[in-house]
Amino acid sequence: MENQYYDNLTVSSSPHLVTGLDTRKTMMMVLIALIPSFLVSIYVFGFRVIILTIVCVVASVFFEWGYNKLMKKPQTIGDLSACVTGTILAFNLPSSFPYWMAIIGCFVAIVVVKMLYGGLGRNIANPAIVGRIVLLLSFTTQMTTWPVTRLAATDATTGATPLGLLQAAKGGSVTLPSNMEMFLGFIGGSMGEVSALAILIGGAFLIWKKIISPIIPLTFIGTVFVFAFIYYSIVGGDYSAMHMAIFHICAGGVMLGAFFCATDYVTSPIMPLGKVIFGIGCGVVTMVIRLWCSFPEGVSFAILFMNVLCPLIDNFAIKKFYGGAKKNEK
Amino acid sequence: MSSNAKHLHSIDAGHYKNTAGCETEVMPIPDIVKISMSQNIGAPCKPLVKKGDEVKVGQLIGDTDAFVSVPVHSSVSGTVTGIETQRSAMGGNDTLVVIEADKKQELAEGIKAPEITDQPSFVKAVRDSGLVGLGGASFPTHIKFNPKNIDDVHTFIVNGAECEPFITSDHRTMLEDAQQVIDGAQMIMKYLGTEQGYIAIEENKPDAIANFDKMLAEQGISNIKTFKLQARYPKGAERVLIYEITGKHCDAGVLPADLGVIVSNVTSVAFFGQYLKDGVPLTKKRMTVDGDAVNTPKNIIAPIGTQIHDIMEFCGGYKSAPTKILMGGPMMGRAIFSDKMPIVKNNNALLAFSKSQAFIPEETACIHCGRCHVACPFDLLPTGFADAYEQRDAQRLSDLQVMQCMECGSCSFVCPARRPLSFMNKLGKGLVKEAGIK
Repeated sequence: MENQYYDNLTVSSSPHLVTGLDTRKTMMMVLIALIPSFLVSIYVFGFRVIILTIVCVVASVFFEWGYNKLMKKPQTIGDLSACVTGTILAFNLPSSFPYWMAIIGCFVAIVVVKMLYGGLGRNIANPAIVGRIVLLLSFTTQMTTWPVTRLAATDATTGATPLGLLQAAKGGSVTLPSNMEMFLGFIGGSMGEVSALAILIGGAFLIWKKIISPIIPLTFIGTVFVFAFIYYSIVGGDYSAMHMAIFHICAGGVMLGAFFCATDYVTSPIMPLGKVIFGIGCGVVTMVIRLWCSFPEGVSFAILFMNVLCPLIDNFAIKKFYGGAKKNEK
Repeated sequence: MSSNAKHLHSIDAGHYKNTAGCETEVMPIPDIVKISMSQNIGAPCKPLVKKGDEVKVGQLIGDTDAFVSVPVHSSVSGTVTGIETQRSAMGGNDTLVVIEADKKQELAEGIKAPEITDQPSFVKAVRDSGLVGLGGASFPTHIKFNPKNIDDVHTFIVNGAECEPFITSDHRTMLEDAQQVIDGAQMIMKYLGTEQGYIAIEENKPDAIANFDKMLAEQGISNIKTFKLQARYPKGAERVLIYEITGKHCDAGVLPADLGVIVSNVTSVAFFGQYLKDGVPLTKKRMTVDGDAVNTPKNIIAPIGTQIHDIMEFCGGYKSAPTKILMGGPMMGRAIFSDKMPIVKNNNALLAFSKSQAFIPEETACIHCGRCHVACPFDLLPTGFADAYEQRDAQRLSDLQVMQCMECGSCSFVCPARRPLSFMNKLGKGLVKEAGIK
């Protein structure tokens, strides 16, 4: 040891310590949070859920890998973001959806929406949401053909979603599943969105682990609830306004969208005020589409719409926040 | 007194206080010390000695007329063998006075307890002691203790919040030199004219809090109280500490004294308490030596100017080849390029890490998660700074309040994409200064 000096040490700017939670682990947490919904979905719709999810994940990862390979860019599949996109896209599909169509959805999500814009962090819209919308518009029949759940007491091979029932009735008399059935998830719908309870468990996990902020889910779901309550208080109907408000937050993609799609970091605002505006906007657009448009469901359109507005919202919130602080100083 | 209900944002950076139980060991005098003339944030001193001079402990060897500066004293007795220039950790060139120690450690003539009778003699004593902010900022203490609005200052805070991971030297000071802390604080409060004093300590040092509570009660001191802080980073930052205790926001550019508060690091106060007794200037320093590349991590007291490799040898040598050596803690400390560098007054830790532990950043794309904003004690937006800096947009940086950043490193710590945000904040501040935006 005598006279051995080290004068070629590594220098770098402080800090020299970082948290263990990197992008990869963040994405891992999201995947973990999706497990409850995955399990309920397998229970309700059967084995095909597993295969369709795996197909979407493998296709998404493959497209990202292939794009990087082709463009001679550093490989980024290790960040697991493609796995998350694939899983969420799969959760937005009916379990009977053809595999090859799902692969097209993955191509749109990963290559068109994400990689062509510059990869993770650069996309302006949520890849899974756009993937779903493209599939919905391209393969409307397959995207709205809902396999019956194992608990349904009929011999039919396809069933309607609660929102579909509501849309078909168009203000007329309708018999909806009970709110408890909807909350637990034994109803028709896309794979991952059937059980509000399972999504809430996953969402609570993400909030507890501080992966997501509760602002967007709360304002999104809260807006849907309040909007529905006021609407049904005015128009009336077979069910009480309270019943319909709870129905609307449990039905369709509100829960999945609010906790897993609208909270996507890249396409949602950073500032708390921006998150509030974003969440309320998602809720309002969702309800407008559900109540007055020809689509029974509007969550994915609402999120896409707000994604596009996100830079404006964030800029507004930043100006509001730091502009205000400046005034106080003077 | 309990903490405020409201806290500024903070992070859990881990504690790694491996050496908290290590009683301080006094290091033997090394053969050679190299005493830097740049040991405060202001102007460097000019050497007052030349090659061949005999010097003694506490002898003035560097001083200057500059207002913001503090004199430098010899830490050993021996012979000056040369005046060297060496690149410093900051990147500039430092003048070093090299002294070959005779190991007798004779005190310089005329060293005696200072006579303090009024405010000017108090300020003079502080300057003569060679004291700088020992928490790491190395701001000349005599300037801090002589604010323009001294009549408005009502609160004195002893900063015992050692929020940097790994470092335990302040903790050891509070346990081993508690009486000096109390003596120093009382004298400082007397001449600042402050009614209220706090010793602020994080709750992960209950022994230090209990020790002070007991001593203050026994000695019947009622105007100094302990204040328990959250054990989170960066509670020890001056502007954060002031908010936690007084509830007042201390923006960048505002002097704590403007809010009626003066904050001083606990080791600075303890040293001053000692100086009141014996008049020996600041010539040695307690520091934590830790890191996975060090054989025997411990707390030591070493003469200022001791070269790092001598200290490492005293700590059992390197366990493995160091990749990074830090002066200070891992959050704000400086990575240095050579272990031949000497320690300076404001060093409170030396951390040596091997290749496996040394964090070498590998940046990936920003995912807009907003964690940097949530982590920032002042609610700033580091990712916004980084984007604006990449576009060299000084106006936007200024609009986003980049000048409020204190470079605590919390944003870089939490960034899942490993972006060097804190560093870019620093560059952004430089850009705004260059652009001259007010």
